[in-house]
Amino acid sequence: MLTNDKRITILCGHYGTGKTNVAVNLALAMAKTGENVTVADLDIVNPYFRTLDSATAFDEAGIRLICSRFANTNVDMPSLPPDLYAITDDKTRRVVIDVGGDDSGAMVLGRLAPAILAEGSYEMYLVVNRYRPLTPDVPSTIEVMGEIEVASRLRFTGIVNNSNLGAETTAADVLASVDYAAKLAKAAGLPLVATTVEQSIYSDLEGQIPDLFPLTLQNNKPF
Amino acid sequence: MAEKVLMKGNEAIAEAAICAGCRHYFGYPITPQTEIAAYMAKKMPKIGGCFLQAESEVAAINMVYGVSATGKRVMTSSSSPGISLKAEGLSYMAGADLPALVVNVQRGGPGLGGIQPSQSDYFQATRGGGHGDYRMIVLAPASVQEMASLTVKGFDLADKYRMTAMILADGTMGQMMEPVSLDFPEPEKVEKPWATNGTDMAREHNIVNSLFLQPDALERTNFERYERYAYIEQHEAMWEEYRMEDAEICVTAFGIASRVAKNAINEARKQGIKVGMIRPITLWPFPVAPFKAAADKVKSFISVELSMGQMIEDIKLATECKKPVYLCNRAGGIIPSPDEVLAAIVKANENGGDL
Repeated sequence: MLTNDKRITILCGHYGTGKTNVAVNLALAMAKTGENVTVADLDIVNPYFRTLDSATAFDEAGIRLICSRFANTNVDMPSLPPDLYAITDDKTRRVVIDVGGDDSGAMVLGRLAPAILAEGSYEMYLVVNRYRPLTPDVPSTIEVMGEIEVASRLRFTGIVNNSNLGAETTAADVLASVDYAAKLAKAAGLPLVATTVEQSIYSDLEGQIPDLFPLTLQNNKPF
Repeated sequence: MAEKVLMKGNEAIAEAAICAGCRHYFGYPITPQTEIAAYMAKKMPKIGGCFLQAESEVAAINMVYGVSATGKRVMTSSSSPGISLKAEGLSYMAGADLPALVVNVQRGGPGLGGIQPSQSDYFQATRGGGHGDYRMIVLAPASVQEMASLTVKGFDLADKYRMTAMILADGTMGQMMEPVSLDFPEPEKVEKPWATNGTDMAREHNIVNSLFLQPDALERTNFERYERYAYIEQHEAMWEEYRMEDAEICVTAFGIASRVAKNAINEARKQGIKVGMIRPITLWPFPVAPFKAAADKVKSFISVELSMGQMIEDIKLATECKKPVYLCNRAGGIIPSPDEVLAAIVKANENGGDL
């Protein structure tokens, strides 16, 4: 289950695999069950399309957002939020950590890793999308996975298959990714925690793929 | 790679350049185009290419000059302030008739401005950017697929006409992700008898230079170059017409603005307003023909721009001011909403075309 029983859930992966969207949906799903949830946006790589875009939905769901003061501003400032340590200090809240792409993004976790390991209640999921051109197969994904583990000083505990082609994703596209995800999980020696699918095609795939997790795209762009 | 992949616009440019046979990339990081450099840094070493992060934009464009002189396909990319730094090099390349692809993923300006999307480098791109009499071919993609296909096209045009081609995108086009097919044919081998790639002691040596000792010789190169430009203006203009069949109002927009405009036009059509769009795909050469034709049919033009109004001047020139041309714009990194564009269309429709 993507909504696991650990206090901290960390989402890492190759750049552009959809970590932010998974993080937003996971946090909203957790909050729906009445839990106190914090989203920690630690992306120091990409200044665009951030969790902050979902601020209204978070407010309505009572989700607290820890986020760089420079997200969605006019500067590309790879700075960390001042309330960073609330992630590990405030043990009354569940936290979903949205990490920047690749090893360069995962580096920020190194700073939190000792406290996360000491507490011992976390899952770290590798979010994958086989339709991303630099990680189309198992070996290339395993390579990125290893780089992230070195940079973050943490080990992955599961795989989240978020394979998609954006707004054009069909049920067939998702089905065609299942084999890749299964082989990847086997090669990595990790459980395949979930396969995500956009709400509108969820019913087409229900029962065909185990651990299917419905997503609502947090996108209200004018173009 | 026939199967579709999900890419950022910036990545699509990088991969398409590799498909087009580009094996040399020189650049300096700047948001919002850094993914092009990052992609090249990952990919070039694996395919025997050269990725080099130069010490500055000025250095990068001069490296482009050097590789282009040897006849190889080469590119650089930057965003607005960085393109200004490259302007001297672009002028030198024009003076030496060197082909290259230059990418500008525009951000808000002037000055350091900000990292949000903008189209305010239109003047700079379509009027050359640097000093002297010269032009660049300017291509304006409006989807991630076009970011890729126009990159390939840009290399071809640059080689064909021995000049720089520029992809003029904006921060959103660079950052947004869409499915893209990168199924391009193998690049054709272009003969470059002018290249400084070794004489093998079998021919006179070639010189690639923009310095001419005699004024009349320099003048001659200018006239010859402008004959080439005139041919390009006649033969290479590209544009898309959208719902123009019976249009009484003609919206004009390129790049990201055209996507917003399309949403507004579809909404206006639902309200029974006869409105369409001409979307220039080449900004230079500007597609004069469809505007001339439209000027005889429509009541007015509305130019939707992420700037204080730059393309609007080319619309007035193309239509010879036969019909009024109005501006619907946001600036400094803000994208107009479809509702704002719709409001302009509705108002023009109520006022007999006038805004």
